[in-house]
Amino acid sequence: MSQLTNDSVLNRLQEQFGPAIISHEVPYGLLTVEVQSEKAHDMIAWLKEDDVLKMSFLTLIGAVHYPDQKGRELCVNYHIHSLVHNVRLRIRAFVPIAEPNIATITDIYIGADWQERETYDFFGVNFVGHPNLTRILNEDDMDYFPMRKEYHLEDATREDKDDRYFGR
Amino acid sequence: MSDSLNKPASLFSKDTIDGEIATLNLGPTHPATHGIFQNVLTVDGEKILNSVQTVGYIHRAFEKLAERRPYNQITPITDRLNYCSSPINNMGWEMTVEKLIGAEIPKRVEYMRVIIMELARIADHLVCNAVIGVDTGALTGFTYMFQQREAIYELFEEVCGARLTTNIGRIGGFERDFNDTFYKKLDAFLKNFPKHFEEFDSLLLRNRILMDRTINAGPIAGDRALEYGFTGPNLRAAGIDYDVRVMNPYSSYQDFDFTVPVGTQGDTYDRFCVRQEEIRQSLKIIRQALDNMPEGHHFAANIPEFYLPRKDDVYTKMEALIYHFKIVMGETPVPVGEVYHSVEGGNGELGFHLISDGGRTPYRLQFRRPCFIYYQAYPEMITGQTISDAVLTLSSLNVIAGELDA
Repeated sequence: MSQLTNDSVLNRLQEQFGPAIISHEVPYGLLTVEVQSEKAHDMIAWLKEDDVLKMSFLTLIGAVHYPDQKGRELCVNYHIHSLVHNVRLRIRAFVPIAEPNIATITDIYIGADWQERETYDFFGVNFVGHPNLTRILNEDDMDYFPMRKEYHLEDATREDKDDRYFGR
Repeated sequence: MSDSLNKPASLFSKDTIDGEIATLNLGPTHPATHGIFQNVLTVDGEKILNSVQTVGYIHRAFEKLAERRPYNQITPITDRLNYCSSPINNMGWEMTVEKLIGAEIPKRVEYMRVIIMELARIADHLVCNAVIGVDTGALTGFTYMFQQREAIYELFEEVCGARLTTNIGRIGGFERDFNDTFYKKLDAFLKNFPKHFEEFDSLLLRNRILMDRTINAGPIAGDRALEYGFTGPNLRAAGIDYDVRVMNPYSSYQDFDFTVPVGTQGDTYDRFCVRQEEIRQSLKIIRQALDNMPEGHHFAANIPEFYLPRKDDVYTKMEALIYHFKIVMGETPVPVGEVYHSVEGGNGELGFHLISDGGRTPYRLQFRRPCFIYYQAYPEMITGQTISDAVLTLSSLNVIAGELDA
């Protein structure tokens, strides 16, 4: 079995997806490709079936909020792992916060279900096609997405939180 | 397999039911669930037809908290993820930061970490397996194994002063060297523990009641487990030999000789057996680390910009005072970057996805919590089983509420 490297993975991805790959980098040895958000689902599905890469283990889904990047505020990260070749890959796709839509990958990995719900819960990323996209860790009637950067951890100007009630 | 996705109880097809169906709340607080988990079960007699989970009861917003805390103040947060094996979480986090700043960690420190992490793994697996014993009606083994866990906690106490939420170590190593009492207690533990452990093993492993109760209880096949993102002992029980310590060695695990036990059925009994064997392998690793521990008394890397200095140095030495001030006030420049680091936690791949923008706190920190990811499979694993099997399956999955909800 030939050893897969970040370069060979990238080459194979570029052969297959070409223009859909917007950029790539290798921070701390982990190949990271940025892909058009509408192509992320296809890429993950293709990676799972591909006989050469065999990237068929979903490690993690998460999101990051970059309020300063207009039109690409929310970044969805997928960590995929090839257990056969022991090569990891990070796929990232940016979606605008006004329309944070990206296709669900629950049809590819069942384990994506809760991770997508969690990402929705905290960032409001709308995973289109998810069978049950509801809040998971926060309470159901919450009306904001708390991990977005505009929500600070504690608002010093809050008036309803009087120290007297806490014995301070 | 969209059937196995969280399906509300009301949607369950009534064709398959021959008796009267009932809805039963298992949890959120129930002595048998060992934590705050709610499962709304649809049952036909004692047979489970469907289950809907509720999680988030002890959600504490750790990822948000981490965005307001300097790097060294995040270690105590990680304690509270899988609180049965806090040191692994602590060191996983410290190694993530060390990877970000490119610190070089001395071999001796890595061996010290291995000893502590394997002790934590033993404690974690002991709790899980002892509780499997309790759930099958064998309380005796539990009390004996908790004495041994106590011995491990005393070892932690000797190193960091704390027992459960350890906050052990620093970015760069440890806050102090292992003292003589630690080595004495560790020797005593290594001498006494195997005896008690093998007794516990012989009490349960071929016990008719345990075997009847656990074999084929809550099984999951290897390919399904991978689909769900299982890692750790639960994945290995299903026959997949994925262990982060072997696949992506960290903290010098490549130096140690140990085997990765795997099961075949992925049922409760296999999970029990895999954990039992992993305890033996952990002991083997600890012995090797002790025997091959590099000479010297250094217990931290030479990274004064990130390693919190000793308190008595802070009061007497100028450099230490300056570095202490800089670290606490967040004046140390941190590289801008994005790093993913994972360790083999008690329950699987515990990952840290850290994004730094150079500020005093992480821009974003995400924990890959193995419990959260594999607990999704629970309804699939218990459908068609009895309620008592469901309880056993839950304890053998070792779902820790702190890690589930973060």
